[in-house]
Amino acid sequence: MAGTKQAPTRQAITLKGSTNLVTEFFKYAVNTILFQRGVYPSDDFHMVKKYGQTVLVTQDLALENYLDRILKQVNKWLLTGSVTQLVLAVISKDSRIPLERWVFDVNLVEQPAESSEPAPPKPESEIQAEIRYILKQIVSTVTFLPIIDEPTVFNILAYTSESADVPADEWVDTDPLAIEAGKSQQVKLRSFSTDVHRIEAMVAYRYEG
Amino acid sequence: MTAALDMLSLSTNSSSPGHTARLAQAAGVPLNRRVLSYHEAPPTSSSDPTLALQREFARPLYARPSALPSSTGAVTNKSRKIPTQPERVLDAPGMVDDFYLNLITWSCQNVLAVALAESTYIWRAETGTVSRVGEAPEGSYVSSVDFSNDGAYLGIGIGTGEVELWDVEAAQKLRTMSGHQGQIAALSWHQHILSSACGDGSIWHHDVRMPRHKVMELLGHTGEVCGLKWREDGELLASGGNDNVVNVWDGRVGDVGTEGARGTAKWTKRNHTAAVKAIAWCPWQPSLLASGGGSNDATMHIWNTTTGARLHSLRTPSQITSLLFSPHRKEILSTHGYPTNSLMLHAYPSMERIAEIRDAHDSRVLFSALAPAGDVVVTGAGDENLKFWRVWEVEKSKVGKKKAVGEVKEGRANSTTREGILSIR
Repeated sequence: MAGTKQAPTRQAITLKGSTNLVTEFFKYAVNTILFQRGVYPSDDFHMVKKYGQTVLVTQDLALENYLDRILKQVNKWLLTGSVTQLVLAVISKDSRIPLERWVFDVNLVEQPAESSEPAPPKPESEIQAEIRYILKQIVSTVTFLPIIDEPTVFNILAYTSESADVPADEWVDTDPLAIEAGKSQQVKLRSFSTDVHRIEAMVAYRYEG
Repeated sequence: MTAALDMLSLSTNSSSPGHTARLAQAAGVPLNRRVLSYHEAPPTSSSDPTLALQREFARPLYARPSALPSSTGAVTNKSRKIPTQPERVLDAPGMVDDFYLNLITWSCQNVLAVALAESTYIWRAETGTVSRVGEAPEGSYVSSVDFSNDGAYLGIGIGTGEVELWDVEAAQKLRTMSGHQGQIAALSWHQHILSSACGDGSIWHHDVRMPRHKVMELLGHTGEVCGLKWREDGELLASGGNDNVVNVWDGRVGDVGTEGARGTAKWTKRNHTAAVKAIAWCPWQPSLLASGGGSNDATMHIWNTTTGARLHSLRTPSQITSLLFSPHRKEILSTHGYPTNSLMLHAYPSMERIAEIRDAHDSRVLFSALAPAGDVVVTGAGDENLKFWRVWEVEKSKVGKKKAVGEVKEGRANSTTREGILSIR
């Protein structure tokens, strides 16, 4: 209909596209953390090419399915905008004490006022570069995080709004697995944003110096 | 705490909203928010860290690659067909099922020598007659055989460390050269030099004309040497061992008679991760050397022996037991052990699979030798069979299809072997 206008080579990222991107990022971030922090034996992971780098992803089928089920629901929540935070908690297997909390804040990017020209869509390469930096940063946190020398398990928490649609038999209200403020150190990591979402990452760890 | 706050949020109406908000702020948990987790705990790792390394090594044994699409268990290229059935089968009772030995050799006079336990048999391809040449001393066994370049003499390596020299025509033992302490797993001739590879990792050059036969010792392996091949021109000798090492030696023997002369490897390659038994020199490009690793390596490497560079590498589904270059075509044949027990034909330099014959034998294919005409390959295995495969049909180019058929029939008639099953013992 707009004959003069050239067909855009890439559509501006939609809510759905952005949601998928964020979900996917979360998958790789979780895998990277599980590998780097030794929650699962390193034999369980294999290398895949993603975001222009190699990422270690689990090949344990049970874990893969488990993460898939979680991410599917996260995806739904992201679509409805009802999730505000995702947390991966690393917990001591024996004492159940939370040792690390990897926090990913999910913010909706405010659309600029309607009067102004809509901002040009962010190129995907830029988004990927930002994701790459976060994943690299997760890897590099190993240098300062305390060494965990006990068996650990993980737990994924979703902070949702009151009104969120929750499949009753699958998701349950839970303790936030917080680390006591006095014993917690926090490091802010990089963030990345699509045209719709802005993800801010942070790691808190138990440090009793 | 969350539960308490939930209670609070439920009772917001009853208490002051400001109070609830302040309380929530102080506790660090925002209101109107739920903290959810998945009802199941994450699965524990199914992998068991004990013996993980050992299992990693054994994995290739279990991972049989998916079956080939054809019903015969063989795959051939469209442009290049090879017979998927052996041309003939010989019974070889008592053939030792040992990866480290080299029990088949085929001379330029079209004579095949096969070692079956303690005896060595000769099968003349032209006539199909079988005769027995040597017998290992009581309680021992033949561990390797190799024909001299002219086919007149046969070197036989014995499990106790002796190297015997036999006259093929007269079926007579000429001499026994002793001195090695372990089994002779591989032999290779160059003119009057017979090189023997020993279980203790040493390689000796024997000058078969000399009374003091040992003219040089090559020390460069810490494990049993099980692959040994002279290059045709005698300038280089390649060896592979159970220490996963490939060595290439300068072939110059030096002053004859200097007892105790020692050679050093021209270069040493440690890329393989399993025993290297399969060694082959390329007949049409003398600098090329192919080496293949055992079960937990299963990789073929092609080397440029002039520069020492690794030119190509190819992972195969199972252990490589032997390698043969085609003299006429730019192709390499590899034989494999468990689980595929196959013969594979690869193009050089693309390393593409041209053809594969799965389950060529009932057990792992251990030994192979090429007919002097370069057309038929014989393979031996622990299933006590020798199978002859016409892998490289020597054909004249530019013949019509009908003519080609005639050619094949004619070729069959005076080929290196004839149809039929015959027992070698």
